[in-house]
Amino acid sequence: MTDVAAQPGNSNVASATPDTMAWDSRARRVMMIYLPLACFVLILLFPFYWMAITSFKPNAELLNYKQHNPFWISSPTLAHIKHLLFDTAYPTWLKTTMFVAIGSTFLSLFASTLAAYAIERLRFRGSPYVGLGIYLAYLVPPSILFIPLATVIVQFGLFDSPLALILVYPTFLVPFCTWLLIGYFKSIPYELEECALVDGATRLQILRRITLPLAVPGLISAGIFSFTLSWNEFIYALAFIQSGANKTVPVAILTELVTGDVYQWGALMAGSLLGSLPVALFYSLFVDYYVSSLTGAVKE
Amino acid sequence: MSVTTLPSRGMALRQPGWIARLFDYKPFLIVMCLAPAIGLLTVFLTYPLGLGVWLAFTDTTIGQRGIFIGLENFQYLWTDPLWWGAVFYSVFYTAIATFGKFALGFWLALLLNNHFPLKSLLRAIVLLPWIVPTVLSALAFWWIYDPQFSIISYLLVDVLHIRSTNIDFLGTPWPARFSLIAANIWRGIPFVAISLLAGLQTISPSLYEAAMLDGATAWQRFRYITLPMMMPILAIVMTFSIIFTFTDFQLVYAITRGGPVNSTHLLATLAFQRGIAGGELGEGAAIAVSMIPFLVFATLFSYFGLARRKWQQGEAND
Repeated sequence: MTDVAAQPGNSNVASATPDTMAWDSRARRVMMIYLPLACFVLILLFPFYWMAITSFKPNAELLNYKQHNPFWISSPTLAHIKHLLFDTAYPTWLKTTMFVAIGSTFLSLFASTLAAYAIERLRFRGSPYVGLGIYLAYLVPPSILFIPLATVIVQFGLFDSPLALILVYPTFLVPFCTWLLIGYFKSIPYELEECALVDGATRLQILRRITLPLAVPGLISAGIFSFTLSWNEFIYALAFIQSGANKTVPVAILTELVTGDVYQWGALMAGSLLGSLPVALFYSLFVDYYVSSLTGAVKE
Repeated sequence: MSVTTLPSRGMALRQPGWIARLFDYKPFLIVMCLAPAIGLLTVFLTYPLGLGVWLAFTDTTIGQRGIFIGLENFQYLWTDPLWWGAVFYSVFYTAIATFGKFALGFWLALLLNNHFPLKSLLRAIVLLPWIVPTVLSALAFWWIYDPQFSIISYLLVDVLHIRSTNIDFLGTPWPARFSLIAANIWRGIPFVAISLLAGLQTISPSLYEAAMLDGATAWQRFRYITLPMMMPILAIVMTFSIIFTFTDFQLVYAITRGGPVNSTHLLATLAFQRGIAGGELGEGAAIAVSMIPFLVFATLFSYFGLARRKWQQGEAND
């Protein structure tokens, strides 16, 4: 909403000065803005369209471009999705992924809410450094950590267990969520907590009754971020999970569905589509939170 | 129910509760609040990071404790053409993909910063490639790059008649390298665009109005207002992008697994191949550790290279 007001407003300014008005004519606007935008949208969305259309194409059409227009389906079929849901362990993988994503999201939200509260609200000597340290942890990429982490996971006896993923994912979720929530706590007036302190509330009551309810939008966006990031995670799930039933969707599709020399493209694309849907749905429900917190986090 | 809860509620009323009072003791509360986050990060991040560096100096294999062998792993890597190939491709991949992401992402951000209907819907759509799990969209690209049924080949050969044969996207080294980079750019554009859009919206419109009154052209406005004002945010987003592109794993693993003839190995995929799939934990860790100097260098370069200008600019503007 604010962005409309904060528009650099090429068009507004342009219409104010006469000699730029012709410059900003409709034709020019189409050429300079709408046409490139249309190209971007087309290219950014095309792989999804291709994924979707492949999922519903019968095999005959899928592999015959001479007689069938590849961009359209003449006789759509649910065979690939049926195969995926009933002949493979896909429902199990979805369940595992959901379990892991929800578990690690809750764990990360719990840890990072408390950490952000301590850093931003309890303000102690060195709290900026603790904040910086947690933030720097986000810059340590998983591809450096997965080999030593694998040995740690084995030591803990958690190898091949989804629990390992729930415990490991917070290493990249907590820094991100803490960073986001610090920003949210900053926006809550400190006076509210002071009043409660004067009224004799304990710190925990303040956190539970005042700060947390006011931080709900921040918690929601941190939750969405965590959920999508853990749904997306690949390298840890690939390295720590061995048995088919415990695999997450991205790993399972790649290691269990891709078999032999002839790829079942219909089923593969159906699997990708179904695996993307929960995240896309979740995201579309909260897209405003998502975009605003992403842009807010960058503005910080 | 009521019989058991009533006494405990009475107790809580009589004395404020020593636990509640303990939590009012600020140092204790601070420690308790930080414990879960710091604990998780120490056990699963700091400790493994140290362990990884240690493993790089040992000959550990899966199921066998290694002994300290000093720099032997690194000496071996130095003579290993595959490692050099991975270094080359990691740098190349990062450089080209980052350039592409930022050129196109910046352009898209500038486009989205204009006023037009359905703007927020469009912004939501544009973010999709970034939301959807990388491996799943990588599979879509794999299918798009199929040697026989690639839709790109179909367009070029059967519709536009520009080429006479299908493109072998993933079967030969250079086309495979560029195919992966294209997929990486596709995935990275939304994040860059949305982050830079946020930066664009913090630029005060009055700067543009003043420039317009002075008769600045669109290019001059971009060059002398937009670009300098965007430097701080560009530095941050680029640092992030370089780190995560250089250490990318999923895309390459999903589409080529390092092939053909090991031409598309990134350091991360090579580390996985040697460390986990091959069982040579020590050597894999050494490959992973060898990413650190590149990362530090790239981070310092992108951050200070761009941020220094920000300080100059900041002094001139404020």
